[in-house]
Amino acid sequence: MRRRAFIAALFLPLGALGAEFNAVMPEQSGIAFVFKQMGVPMDGKFARFTTRISFDPAQAAKAMAQIDVDVNSIDAGSSEANDEVKGKNWFNAREFPVAKFVSSGVKALGGNRFEAQGKMSIKGRTREVVAPFSFRQEGALAVLEGSIPLQRVQYGIGEGAWSDTGTVADEVQVRFRFTLGAAKK
Amino acid sequence: MSQFATGSPSSYTRTAILLHWLVALCIFAAFPLGLYMSELLLSPRKLQLYSYHKWLGISVLLLAIARLFWRRLHRPPPLAATMPRWQRLAAQGTHHLLYLLMLVVPISGWLMSSALGVSVVWFGVLPLPDLIGRNKELGEILKTVHELLNYAMLILVVLHIIAALEHHFRSRDDTLQRMLPFLGGKS
Repeated sequence: MRRRAFIAALFLPLGALGAEFNAVMPEQSGIAFVFKQMGVPMDGKFARFTTRISFDPAQAAKAMAQIDVDVNSIDAGSSEANDEVKGKNWFNAREFPVAKFVSSGVKALGGNRFEAQGKMSIKGRTREVVAPFSFRQEGALAVLEGSIPLQRVQYGIGEGAWSDTGTVADEVQVRFRFTLGAAKK
Repeated sequence: MSQFATGSPSSYTRTAILLHWLVALCIFAAFPLGLYMSELLLSPRKLQLYSYHKWLGISVLLLAIARLFWRRLHRPPPLAATMPRWQRLAAQGTHHLLYLLMLVVPISGWLMSSALGVSVVWFGVLPLPDLIGRNKELGEILKTVHELLNYAMLILVVLHIIAALEHHFRSRDDTLQRMLPFLGGKS
């Protein structure tokens, strides 16, 4: 019995290795961000986003991702902060309700590490970004986890008095976790 | 401790005096700052002032702990011999409560910061651990507790100042003088 299970375990990941994953499980996925405010680490998240991802660890170059984030679903820690960051000086959520990432390429970095290049569009401004991420398999599911470092001022996130990066730091890490089921064949 | 057995000291040590006035300075800065900042609309200025307020508060906490240790090792001078019993009791009670509040007021602010998810990084350098997990409702309750404790502190500080002035100008004893040596001793 034990030996059988062992042999089965040997083949399972092999079988999965060639698999493409593209069925995003929203409940087990998330987009969060961390930054510093007066030297204090702060975090927040976006509750709503839609994703189209296809990823096959054996054929990383063929992977693609498009992620649309509903800016109005931001949780920056308090209702006061949420109202503020949806306003004109920050995300201007009324005019730019969606922040978007579209991949242009993915490459394998070795091991379970990968890197996606793509265009990030926030508040009508688009920048090239690089998103390193890791791949791991949990049962039949794939978990992609990584972060994108952004400079908020480049996107006009925090204008006027808020452009002072001594209070709210320029550097923001956008952290993501996408759990994907195998593609239906 | 044997060095203190010979009798009561007649004045505070320089360290005790310095610590007393440092705490006073922090409290006199942090209290109005707290009132002012909480009325502001969200702005970089507001975030800065909140940080300064927290730095001052944690400074009060640390200085108060230092004072308690110092006080155990260096007995304060006795109350003026001319004070009636009720004044002695009132003075002791006020002092004990002030010490308690110097500890509890900053800790209530620290708890509130932890609950509301904005940790304290003392002077932007030393990160303090969160005392409790994030909990918005509890954070709002702690905010009220912090405010009430501050008003209690305000009342006690006012009493403390009135008593010190009373000693100096009416009773004409050296109570204020020994905490303010530059007033000049009359010995």
